[in-house]
Amino acid sequence: MRRIYAVLCSRPESVCNFIEAESISGPDTRFVYKHYATLYFVFLFDSSENELTMLDLIQVFAETLEKCFKNVCELDLVFNYSKMHTILDEIIFGGQVLETNSSEVMKAVEEISKLETASSALSLVHKSVSGWRSR
Amino acid sequence: MAGPSLMDSLFQRSLDDLIKGLRLHQPTSESTFISKSLDEIRREIKSTDPQTKSTALQKLNYLHSLHGLDMSWAAFHAIEVISSQNFQQKKVGYLAASLSFHSSTDVILLLTNQLRKDLSSNNVFEVSLALECLSMICTVDLARDLTPEIFTLLGSTKSFIKKKAIATVLRIFEKYPDAVRVCFKRLIENLESNDVGIVSAVMGVFCELALKEPKSYLPLAPEFYRILVDSRNNWVLIKVLKVFSKLAILEPRLAKRVVEPICEHMRRSGAKSLVFECVRTILSSLSEYESALKLAVEKVREFLVDDDPNLKYLGLQALSVVSLKHLWAVLENKDLVIKSLSDDDPNIKLEALQLVMAMVSEDNVHEICKVLISYALKSEPAFCNEILGSILSTCCRNVYEIIIDFDWYVSLLGEISRIPHCQNGEEIEKQLIDIGMRVKDVRSELVRVGRELLIDPALLGNPVIHRILSAAAWVSGEYVELSKNPFELMEALLQPRTILLPPSIRAIYVQSAFKVLIFCLYSYLFPDEAVASSPSLPVDLDPGVTSSISPKEFSESSDVVVTEPLADREMDEGFNPRDISQSLEDVSVGNGGDTVIAHEQTSCSATLKKDYFTQESIVKLLDLVERTLCPLMGTHEVEIQERVGNIRGLTELIKQELPEFLVHKERNVEGVKVKALEIVKLMHDAFLEELGPVSTSAQERVPIPEGLMLMENLGDLEGICGDIQLPIPSQFCFGMPHSGGRESTSLFNQQTDEESETSYECTSLLAEHRKRHGLYYLPSEKLETISNACPPAKDPQQSDDLNDDGQDLVKLTEQSLVPKKKPNRAKPRPVVVKLDEVDGITIAVSKPESKDYLISGAVREVLLGNEVSSAQHKLPDKSSNKRREKDKLDIDQPSDTKENLANVGKSETSTSKKSKHHIPGKERKHKSSRKNADEREDVQKDKTKSGHHNPRHKARQRADDNVDVIAQTPVIPDFLL
Repeated sequence: MRRIYAVLCSRPESVCNFIEAESISGPDTRFVYKHYATLYFVFLFDSSENELTMLDLIQVFAETLEKCFKNVCELDLVFNYSKMHTILDEIIFGGQVLETNSSEVMKAVEEISKLETASSALSLVHKSVSGWRSR
Repeated sequence: MAGPSLMDSLFQRSLDDLIKGLRLHQPTSESTFISKSLDEIRREIKSTDPQTKSTALQKLNYLHSLHGLDMSWAAFHAIEVISSQNFQQKKVGYLAASLSFHSSTDVILLLTNQLRKDLSSNNVFEVSLALECLSMICTVDLARDLTPEIFTLLGSTKSFIKKKAIATVLRIFEKYPDAVRVCFKRLIENLESNDVGIVSAVMGVFCELALKEPKSYLPLAPEFYRILVDSRNNWVLIKVLKVFSKLAILEPRLAKRVVEPICEHMRRSGAKSLVFECVRTILSSLSEYESALKLAVEKVREFLVDDDPNLKYLGLQALSVVSLKHLWAVLENKDLVIKSLSDDDPNIKLEALQLVMAMVSEDNVHEICKVLISYALKSEPAFCNEILGSILSTCCRNVYEIIIDFDWYVSLLGEISRIPHCQNGEEIEKQLIDIGMRVKDVRSELVRVGRELLIDPALLGNPVIHRILSAAAWVSGEYVELSKNPFELMEALLQPRTILLPPSIRAIYVQSAFKVLIFCLYSYLFPDEAVASSPSLPVDLDPGVTSSISPKEFSESSDVVVTEPLADREMDEGFNPRDISQSLEDVSVGNGGDTVIAHEQTSCSATLKKDYFTQESIVKLLDLVERTLCPLMGTHEVEIQERVGNIRGLTELIKQELPEFLVHKERNVEGVKVKALEIVKLMHDAFLEELGPVSTSAQERVPIPEGLMLMENLGDLEGICGDIQLPIPSQFCFGMPHSGGRESTSLFNQQTDEESETSYECTSLLAEHRKRHGLYYLPSEKLETISNACPPAKDPQQSDDLNDDGQDLVKLTEQSLVPKKKPNRAKPRPVVVKLDEVDGITIAVSKPESKDYLISGAVREVLLGNEVSSAQHKLPDKSSNKRREKDKLDIDQPSDTKENLANVGKSETSTSKKSKHHIPGKERKHKSSRKNADEREDVQKDKTKSGHHNPRHKARQRADDNVDVIAQTPVIPDFLL
């Protein structure tokens, strides 16, 4: 991760978003990255994916986060670690892209959140956590 | 017991607290905070309260993913948390399992039942969690045990679950190929689904499968084709294109069918990603369709002129895909490619560089290298070296295939060496020496370039260039006879700043100085020798032979064969700058037998040379050598010390005897025997031996002496040879010369037929060569005897001699392999000595894992059933049905063989061949077996669900018309043609 970070930081603005990653993560792999303000998104993919669609996928992911958190920022992700995971799991499943429609993703994520809130409402201790979630 | 547990849960730090805590800490104290938290987690995770436990696990998840903490120890706790009734806790548990479980996690089997339970849960999200986890951590056991559940889920009515089940199937297949037999049919049925998400998921699975082993999926081409034509979803289309790019290579008739729809997409679509995928498919798999290729190249050009660096980069990549087969596509965009060299983006620059190198040919190598060097000078160090590295590697490809003008190339190498950031010293070193050994004609230029590098004291300060200097020193020493001024060379080699060199390179400097010294002494002490040997040159030559061949060729052959006299002649020329051009001319013109001129010329230059090597200059030289090298006697580096010792021994001897010699010389006494003279002569002869390039397989070609048993285990050797003396290496070395140039004919027993064929070729070439210049191989015998006669113990260079002998003969073999020159060249290309190198038989095709074969075997087997089922809901068009069955049976045929294939990698190809070659013949055979197929069809009918009569029937019918044609394509050629 640090190596990727180092590579990303060394790249100036207005260069292409792909990085050959064979040295970091094995043959037939590439990174695609995109950054929105302070957030960097990096996806790793191989030859069974199209480069440009991966770029779009980052867009989908970012859009979904945006919908989820309203003006998403670093802190949202830091404190809503598991929610971010939920979103990502809906989009990418076992290494395959399954859902590319951010509103579909949102639907599922909201359902899951509801379910989580319901189950954790029983627990006194966890109210603070769900408070964060419902924000 | 309950007390502490309650306390734990009441005062437990939540994940948020942990994160806040981490953010508060400085990077320095962070690690202590983490280890403190970890201790807490270890305590909390043992709690009996499920909430406390899951929170602890959640924190661990966080620390594991962001701080790389080990969490394998918590595997059992994760399973406990998964079994919780609470959804949120379950989710945390599953996340922990997907993050940390792997095939060697021992508790993973405990998860099987829980997974089974969750997979059949009524809550879709629980099912989804289980599927997600399974697809991440799937093991062989899990895959086997849970296949039935997955199969059920494939038929689920909820698309949310269905598509996740489909994606999981891929992992199941990978681990447990037998699952293919169960699930494959349902998977294929889903290709016809109305839900884009499901089709996309299925295509994703097929795309992954087909990339690994495309052949098995050819029978599915009709379904894929339908999607290609009908689908309007770019994600799905891209996956289909990826599959077709694999299939089209295997089946040309399929390629013919898909090329038009792909072009259509390319023209129509506004989505760059789809267009790019089309372009890539065409360039990689369908490049023989000219109109499609043209369209694709057009699109690439659009990408290249786009402002978006992503498109530019991908466009360049697409071009490099096609550059091997259709160079014109690259050449057409040459301007844009060259322009991209100065792009801001390093990726784009690298791609452009690769393309530029792909364009290099012998006609434009000068021009391109000039452009590249100018770019290299402008670029930052990293890219500059990238450019230089690719120039070097491109130019030396196939033994300098594209280089015609070696003088130019050698001076280019010199130029490259001086580029400030050059890090390619090692490669340049290698090439300088290699060219020196292989290309005779370029040596004088090489010596000139070497001299320029050596005499520049500034270069010594730059460590990256040291390797190049070492090559320059070696070249100057080895070919000192071509040097214009050996004294200057000596000064360069011994300049004070050489102290900056690393010891190994310094040793080379000293050795080269030794060679230069010997050469100067020899030229001074034996001025007559050269003259004496020169006239004998024309006598050796048979005028009849020489006049029949071109002058150029003659000088080559004599260069090669009559080493000694020729070298002397060259030497004469070398020392006579005024005469150089003239005498060269004479040699080339006068070799037809004009002995008189040649003789006069050489004796003339010999007298001039006498003036050049005066006693004064020699004494000065000896002084210089003594003065600079003596201090080195005390060095700790043995290599340097030893070589300096050699030189000192010689200089002292010479100094002792020089006055005596001079007296003799002045009195013109003939036949004086001075020890030093003898030694100098011997040494000179030794150094005159040419060093040839040595084939990497040379060692293998040394015949095994008869009766020698090669024991596999060398450990035995000690026991056997304990009291026997090891064979003396010199015997071995002298043995080689006697086997003559034919050493390559005697081969190891285990060498392949192919290799022996090559060697046969080379012997026949050798024989032919001998027929033409039969005489000139004889002198090599003479050389041998000379070096054999060396006083063995005294001569410090003995080992050199031996090597020379061996290499000399290797060289003789090589000479016979010099390729014939191409005609019609304005400037004749100098001979490049090539070795009959047999490249190590590289097994290029890496064998796919046996798992893949298992999968494809099973796939083929299942596809039989699939074909039937798809035939079943075809229109009652009789003829197409018939053909389809034939199709199916043909596929069936190879798959029978296929089943036993799993562990025999090679038979894979034979199977495919079979299926291709035998097809026309089988067609008839199948008519008889049709009945059989019909029966099977009936069985399938019962099994297939009635849900297939969907409202899109009409639309599919249209597609099917196309599809049927395709279904035939892999099988019956006549139908298409």
